Amino acid sequence: MHIVDGALSNPVVIGGAVAAVGGIAMGLKHLPLERIPAAGVLSASFFVASLIHVPIGPSSVHLILNGLAGLVLGWAAFPALFVGLLLQAVFFGFGGLTVLGVNTVNIALPAVIVGLLFRPLVSRGSALHGAIWGGIGGGVAIAATTLAVAVSLMLSGDEFTAAAKLVFVAHIPVMVIEGLLTGAAIYLARRVKPELFIDVKGGWA
Amino acid sequence: MTYVLTGADRAIGGFGGLRSAITSLDPRMRIVVTVIYAITVVGLSDLRVLSGAMILSLWLLAISGLPFQKTLKRMAMMDTFIIFMLVLLPFTMPGTPIFTVWGISASWEGLWRAVEIGLTANAVILAVMTMVGSMEPVTMGHALFALKTPERLVHLMMFTIRYIDVLREEYQRLRTSMKLRGFRPGTNWHTYRSYGYLVGMMLVRAIERSERILAAMKCRGFSGRIVLLEQFRLTRSDRVFAAALCLALGALVWAEVLYAAA
Repeated sequence: MHIVDGALSNPVVIGGAVAAVGGIAMGLKHLPLERIPAAGVLSASFFVASLIHVPIGPSSVHLILNGLAGLVLGWAAFPALFVGLLLQAVFFGFGGLTVLGVNTVNIALPAVIVGLLFRPLVSRGSALHGAIWGGIGGGVAIAATTLAVAVSLMLSGDEFTAAAKLVFVAHIPVMVIEGLLTGAAIYLARRVKPELFIDVKGGWA
Repeated sequence: MTYVLTGADRAIGGFGGLRSAITSLDPRMRIVVTVIYAITVVGLSDLRVLSGAMILSLWLLAISGLPFQKTLKRMAMMDTFIIFMLVLLPFTMPGTPIFTVWGISASWEGLWRAVEIGLTANAVILAVMTMVGSMEPVTMGHALFALKTPERLVHLMMFTIRYIDVLREEYQRLRTSMKLRGFRPGTNWHTYRSYGYLVGMMLVRAIERSERILAAMKCRGFSGRIVLLEQFRLTRSDRVFAAALCLALGALVWAEVLYAAA
């Protein structure tokens, strides 16, 4: 899902960078000092989760779990996912430097939106009820990310339209898997540590 | 075990422990120059000039002291992600046809565009990995803070850097215990549910760990300040290096303008 340097047009790159700065600032505003250790450790766990490869038929996909990140972190998912992408670019060579803004927005914005929309549904009712809504949220987040990647490519030039469409179709199984995994993760978290999704004082949302 | 970010066998003294032409330079200068480098190279479009940029990046790699093959392999890994998009380009961009398969023709324009993107992406990411990726992650955090990155963002990054390895060990422990209980991944509901529980468990443990961290930090009077362990200093060799690289970039831009006019 990473876009690399040199593919996008300048307006898209600049627009992405500006939006990313705004999102990060918004996320940091929702992040009091007390919550930084929690956000940092969660950010690290999402980084580790993105290294997990899940089998799908003869191939495998790596997890993104931005929906889950949004559900757990809320607005703080924006800076947390940015940090993950920055570290991936610098130390692994995934993605690029000038496209960091676009990549952050493509992954973090769906996370935050899913977090804001689905979090009340996930924390309510039985654990199974929460898991089902969480699963839907996880799938929606990946769908939105893929769509955002497709839009950034298509805005940069008509020659990318075919690639953008293929990216979307190719990611439909990933959406299903991410949805299932997010649902299962939330089911477990609701059973083991219900307060994870209950807004306490100084909560995320 | 090897560490996730540095790829070294030991926590400290991996890539960051290298003493070479690049690693002895001021980290702040390296970050700033890398950003300038990336923006400039993305602005180039002539294939000959981009090849020059690629050679410049390879030279940076050569003097950085990073393991040559390993770094190039990482770069090639990124290429496997984008190759799909690049291969499509000749077929989707209209222009002079090269050949036709099943009524779809590949164009020269599309091919050159694909080469252009490939060269740009590789030249930039190679420079990023050699100039910034050769730092110790913590040093990068401190350098970003010295460059006026918001304190909370740097804190968040430092925590992430610190706990990636810890959490990966936790992940591997959980995987080992799954294996001991006979778990074999496949394309089925059981696998996805088990992976989901694995991720869920990691999150629960992460939250509990963060509570202990917060308590320990409060106990030591943490106030949100970042204490810089080392003072960054801009030396003569830093200035020389930055000037040389900017000069090389200037030459690339000049060549680009010349070729565009021709």
